[in-house]
Amino acid sequence: MTRYVIGRLGGVVVILLAVCLFTYLIFFKLSPDPAVMICGKTCTPERIDSIRTVLGLNQPLLTQFWEFLQGIFAGRDYGTAHCSAPCLGYSFQTNESVWTMLTARLPVSITVAVGAAVLWLLAGVAGGLISAVKQGTWWDRSAMALALTGVSVPNYVLALVLQYVLVVKLQVLPFPSAPAFADNPGLWFESYLMPWTVLAIGYACLYARLTRANVIDTLAENFVRTARAKGLQRSLILRRHALRPALTPITTIFGMDFAGLLGGALITETVFGLNGIGKLAADSIAKNDQPVIMAVTLLAAFFVVIGNVVVDLVYTALDPRVRVTSA
Amino acid sequence: MSTTPTLLEVEEVGAPTSGPPTSTQRILTRLVHDKAAVLCLAFLLIVVLMAAFAPLITKLSGWGPYEFDSSAVNSALGGVPHGSLGGISGEHWFGVEPQNGRDLFARIVYGARVSITIALSATVLTGILGVVLGMLAGFYRGWVDQLISRVMDFLMAFPALIFMIAILSSLPAGNRPVLLVLVISAFGWPYLARVIRGQTMTLANREFVEAARASGAKDLALVFREILPNLRSSIIVMSTLAVPGYIGTEAGLSFLGVGVTPPTASWGQMISSSVSWYSVDPMFFAIPGAFLFLTVLSLTVLGDKIRSVIDAGEAA
Repeated sequence: MTRYVIGRLGGVVVILLAVCLFTYLIFFKLSPDPAVMICGKTCTPERIDSIRTVLGLNQPLLTQFWEFLQGIFAGRDYGTAHCSAPCLGYSFQTNESVWTMLTARLPVSITVAVGAAVLWLLAGVAGGLISAVKQGTWWDRSAMALALTGVSVPNYVLALVLQYVLVVKLQVLPFPSAPAFADNPGLWFESYLMPWTVLAIGYACLYARLTRANVIDTLAENFVRTARAKGLQRSLILRRHALRPALTPITTIFGMDFAGLLGGALITETVFGLNGIGKLAADSIAKNDQPVIMAVTLLAAFFVVIGNVVVDLVYTALDPRVRVTSA
Repeated sequence: MSTTPTLLEVEEVGAPTSGPPTSTQRILTRLVHDKAAVLCLAFLLIVVLMAAFAPLITKLSGWGPYEFDSSAVNSALGGVPHGSLGGISGEHWFGVEPQNGRDLFARIVYGARVSITIALSATVLTGILGVVLGMLAGFYRGWVDQLISRVMDFLMAFPALIFMIAILSSLPAGNRPVLLVLVISAFGWPYLARVIRGQTMTLANREFVEAARASGAKDLALVFREILPNLRSSIIVMSTLAVPGYIGTEAGLSFLGVGVTPPTASWGQMISSSVSWYSVDPMFFAIPGAFLFLTVLSLTVLGDKIRSVIDAGEAA
C-alpha cells in the first residue's frame, strides 16, 4: 500500500512538472514580450533591457524555467528584491505578489465550491435514490426529464435568468457581493445562494442520473436477490446492502468534480462578479498577466491531480473488492 | 467469477455479435416512435436548416446579420429598442440588438451556422483522434499504450477551460472557428480514447480476432476490419453525447470573449453582449439563451434515447 501511494505521488510530480513546462512554454513563447507589457506606455529601450535582466528573460528558456521552479520551492531574487518560498512571481499589472493574490482569492472559491457541493450531493443523490426505488413511476419519469433539462442549461444562461428574476424583478435576493461571513451571516448566505444554486444544478442533475442508474444496477445483483430471498425488508436491503456498492462510484466522480472546482468556478464567478480564483483567471487572461495565468493554471492542475490520488485512496478504502484484486 | 467467463466478456464489450439488431435502421425506427425524440429531431432539423440556408432565410426576413437599423432603437434612451419585447415586430421577427439595431433573427440564423459547424467539426476531429489513438493503445499495448495513456492522463489533469481560454487569448487572432475546433478537440479526445482503448483490449483477445490473425490478416486489417466495426455502437453513443457538450463549450468560450469575435454572430457571443443589457432588454438575452438551451437539450435527449436503444439491443 505504501509503495502504491509513493508510486502515485511520483506520478503526480511528473504530471505537475509537465503541466508546468507546457504552460510555461505556451505563455512565454506565444504571448507578447512581458518586458514590454510591464514597461507600459512611457518606455525606453534601456528600461526594457533592465526589466529583461531583472526577470532573467535574456537567459536561455530552460534556465528561465529552472529559476521559475526554484522560485516555487526555495524562493528567488528579482534584482534586489527577494521573493520568498512559494514564489510565483509578481503580477505584471499590479506588481502584487502572485502568491498573495491567490491566497486572498482562495477562500471565496472554496466557499463557492463547498456550498455548491453540499447542495448538489444532497439533491442529486437523494433525487436519484428516490427515482431508483420508484423506478417507472411518474415521479421517476418527471425527475429524470427534469435532470436531462438541468444538464442542458448552460450555467451562465441560468445565472442570468436567476439574476433577472430574483434580483431585478422580484428583488428577493441581493446582488452577490461575497461579504465576510462574520460581518453579516444573513447577507453572506443570501449573497452566495445564487452562485451555489447555479453551480450545483448541472452537477445535481448528473448525479441524480448516475445514482439512479447505479442503484438500479445494484438492486439487480445476485446478493440483493439473496437478501430478498432471506426475507429482508426492502428498506433494509437498500440501506444495508445496496447503498454502499451503488454510491462508491459516486465518490470517485465527486472527488474529481470538487477538486476541479477548487481551482475556481470560472464562469460562475465571472457572471456573479465574485472575486475568487476563477474570476482572477478570467481577469488575468483578459489583461494578459502571464505570471497570474501561470499560477492559476498550476493551482487548478494541482487540485485536480491531488484530487485524483485522494479519490483512488478513498476508493480502495470504501470498496474492499479493489483491495483484493490489487493485492 | 471463473464460472462464466464468456458471459462476463459479452457484458463488458457489449454484444459485438449483435450485427442486425443495432443497425441504423432499427435505431431510427425506435426513435420515430418516441414522441420526445421526434420533437427533438424536428427542432434540430429546423436549426440545421437555418444554418444551411442562412443567406436565403435572411433575404426572406429582410435584414442581414450585419446591417444596422438605427430607426429601430431609441437613441435618446441609450439605444433601447423601440416597442415592447426588445423590438419584436413584423419588420424584426425576434427584435433587434440594443444600441446598433442589428436584426436578432438574422444573427440567430447565422449564429446557428457557427455553433453547428464548430460542434460538428470538433466531434469529427475528436472522433478520429479518439478512435485511432484509443485503438492503437488498446491493440499494441506495451510502450505505445504507455505513451498514449500518459498523454491522456496529462490532458485530463489539465484545467481545460482555463487553458483553452488562455491559449485562445494569447494566440494571434487568425481564423477563430478553426482555432476553437482545434483547441476543443485537443482536450476532448482522451475521454473517447479511454473508452475505445478498454474495449479494444477486450476485443483483441476474442476468438474471431484470433481466427482472423491465424488466417493471415495483417494488423491493419485486424484493427479496421475486425475490431472497428464492433466499436461502432460505443462511437455512435459517445459522439452523439459529445455534440451538445461541444456546442456548450463553444458558446461558453464565446461568452467569455475568447471564442468567435464580433461582428460574426454566435449564440454564446450574443449572450455575452446581452449581459450589460439584461435588466432593460431581457429579450436580447432570452432569445439566444433559449436557442442555445433548446439545441443542447434536444441533442442530449436524442443522445440519451440512442444510447438506451443501443443498450436494449445489446441486452437482447
